[in-house]
Amino acid sequence: MNFDFSDDQKSLKDQARKFLADKSAIKVVRGVLDDEAKSYDEALWRGVAEMGWLGVAIPEEHGGLGLGRLELCVLAEEIGRAVAPIPFSSTVYFFAEALMLAGSDAQKAAVLPKVASGETIGCFALSEGPGAPTASSISAKFDGSTLTGVKIPVTDGDCATHAVVVAKDGGGVSLVLVDLNQPAVTRTTLKTLDPTRGHAKLEFKGAKAERLGAAGQGWDLAEQVLDRAAVLIAFEQVGGSQVCLEMATEYAKSRYAFSRPIGSFQAIKHKLADMYVSIEVARSNAYYGAWALSTEAAELPFAAAASRAAASDAYYRD
Amino acid sequence: MDFNDAPEEAKFRSEARAFLEANLQPKSNDQERLQRRLKPAEYLKAAKDYQRKKAEAGFAGITWAKEQGGRGLPPIYSVIFNQEEGKFDAPSAPFSIGLGMCVHTVIAFSDEATKDRYVAKALRGEEIWCQLFSEPAAGSDVAAGKTKAVRDGDDWIINGQKVWTTGAQFSDFGILLTRTNPDVEKHKGLTMFIVDMKQKGVEVRPIHQASGGREFNEVYFTDVRVPDSWRLGDPGMGWNVALVTLMNERLAVGGSYGPDYKEIFDFAKGINSPSGDGTLIQDESFRQKLADWIVRAEGYKLAKFRTMTALSKGQTPGPESSIGKVINANQMMDIANTAIEAQDHYGIINDPDLAPLEGAFHQSYMFAPGLRIAGGTDEILKNIIAERVLGLPQDVRVDKGVAFKDLPSGR
Repeated sequence: MNFDFSDDQKSLKDQARKFLADKSAIKVVRGVLDDEAKSYDEALWRGVAEMGWLGVAIPEEHGGLGLGRLELCVLAEEIGRAVAPIPFSSTVYFFAEALMLAGSDAQKAAVLPKVASGETIGCFALSEGPGAPTASSISAKFDGSTLTGVKIPVTDGDCATHAVVVAKDGGGVSLVLVDLNQPAVTRTTLKTLDPTRGHAKLEFKGAKAERLGAAGQGWDLAEQVLDRAAVLIAFEQVGGSQVCLEMATEYAKSRYAFSRPIGSFQAIKHKLADMYVSIEVARSNAYYGAWALSTEAAELPFAAAASRAAASDAYYRD
Repeated sequence: MDFNDAPEEAKFRSEARAFLEANLQPKSNDQERLQRRLKPAEYLKAAKDYQRKKAEAGFAGITWAKEQGGRGLPPIYSVIFNQEEGKFDAPSAPFSIGLGMCVHTVIAFSDEATKDRYVAKALRGEEIWCQLFSEPAAGSDVAAGKTKAVRDGDDWIINGQKVWTTGAQFSDFGILLTRTNPDVEKHKGLTMFIVDMKQKGVEVRPIHQASGGREFNEVYFTDVRVPDSWRLGDPGMGWNVALVTLMNERLAVGGSYGPDYKEIFDFAKGINSPSGDGTLIQDESFRQKLADWIVRAEGYKLAKFRTMTALSKGQTPGPESSIGKVINANQMMDIANTAIEAQDHYGIINDPDLAPLEGAFHQSYMFAPGLRIAGGTDEILKNIIAERVLGLPQDVRVDKGVAFKDLPSGR
């Protein structure tokens, strides 16, 4: 039984925590939060690119570090802990994973090195309106060389250079790779609940695009991308939950009411203990997700769902 | 990251499997039901036979020192054996308290002659032990016990009452927490003894539980004489002795005790949905609950894998193992309640000949609330997590610096 990260992975995590404590300190996060014109922190983005994090799971032949998904998981936990205001999840968990999963050799060779260097910011465009999308509800349309339709909302769609778009393609659905810096693409920034991320409406009016993966396989591929990203986002949530618990615990020790630290009251202790239990459940499920992701196990869809469900409970409900 | 045993662990696991296959039946609902219907005396005999075979094969006291008849292996081996044993119908319940908690305490606080007298017999299943701590007015606050021990020459004379004593009805010996000095602070006036459960003055009254079982007892002591040589630890040091016992408790009280998500999943495939439209398993609100149970049960199972990994690397798991009972007992209640409600009016019937799963959901429904109390209530476990894991300050203590006899006790 070795259900834990290796010492090397743990030291990568420590390194990441130190780096982010400085470069993604709370004033950096607030700097993005409070500035509507700013969708991410560019200095931090350059910093993580220099650290090699953007290419941690990208093979060396494509400019990455060629480590693996477990290394990506430990970074994700730290990024979630720091609420790092950068388009990391969109670029790394969605865009790069979609490229590695479905891209041709030529596409990988063209795109991945620029992801690893930080030059390309990616996003993943699926939603088109209220309600969960399905294979038959997708209306954005790819005709073999151009893309037409509307995607809303697209996380980091305001700052991304490229998108992977889920689009109708003949009788089926395909993934499509689009350069967003062309006149046939219009972006509108959206007001959302989460100011640490930019969100946009993307309108494609005959935008030049190319297929990613086989025609008609897009829905199946999108589900695989979502499974992979679910595990990684679960790690961000575990990191976020953990730091919330630590901050709440520190506060409960130093805040006095009725002449005692409020943390000496059982009403407060039990709330914090409940948070701890939920985080342990979430962390354990996330580790299982990490195992399934890194070994490409058949259990990945289940493990990804359990990771996300448990992490969302820990982060939001408790 | 992998789920594989280290080579020596794998070898041990296959030895354990071979032993279990030779001596037990694989777990099945039918077998469990049969066992529930075994007469207590038959079950006890089967349990003692099994414990003797375990000892002979080297699977009793796996982590105990060799000089105590154990095998001297690290805790991970005990976890591996328990995992394998859990797949079989093992009649091991009568020994879990004695070997899991009491005899550890005897080993830690006795002289060689006492250890020679008791330890090997306990390990071979010849003598069964119980733990006599809780009292009517000392539950979560177990140091508030009032059972009195008064020195008389070379003996002590004991009077008082214990309650919720698991297995007292078939135990040969117990470890007994007594008040020897009411004039000092609560925690400083306690003393621990070994007591012979078969002697004059010890009266065991079974408690008939709401779940139908009779596993617990009240135990009354009337002028019971115990020699001073049976004292465990110095007079007044009983609380320190009890802490050693209780440290082992939450390792002993673990695992799953009743129908889990797998049982209710199968059950839901064969019963109408309350909407009258299809089966319960097709009902969206049921499926959401089922998914939550799976996530929490699997999360706890996976958390134990993390504990095993720590054990396997020679690290000691801390009080974080307290999360198990908080998750399991509450989930057991919820699953049982859902299964019974789904049966509509029929759900009131708990007759094993008529109820689904021979009434296992009903059994669990009535037993789970007790499990939320046994071995540390939900509230106490949450205090432990808050204080020992998160480092929050202790509650204000009103019993510090006050003699036990002057503490308000309600009755």
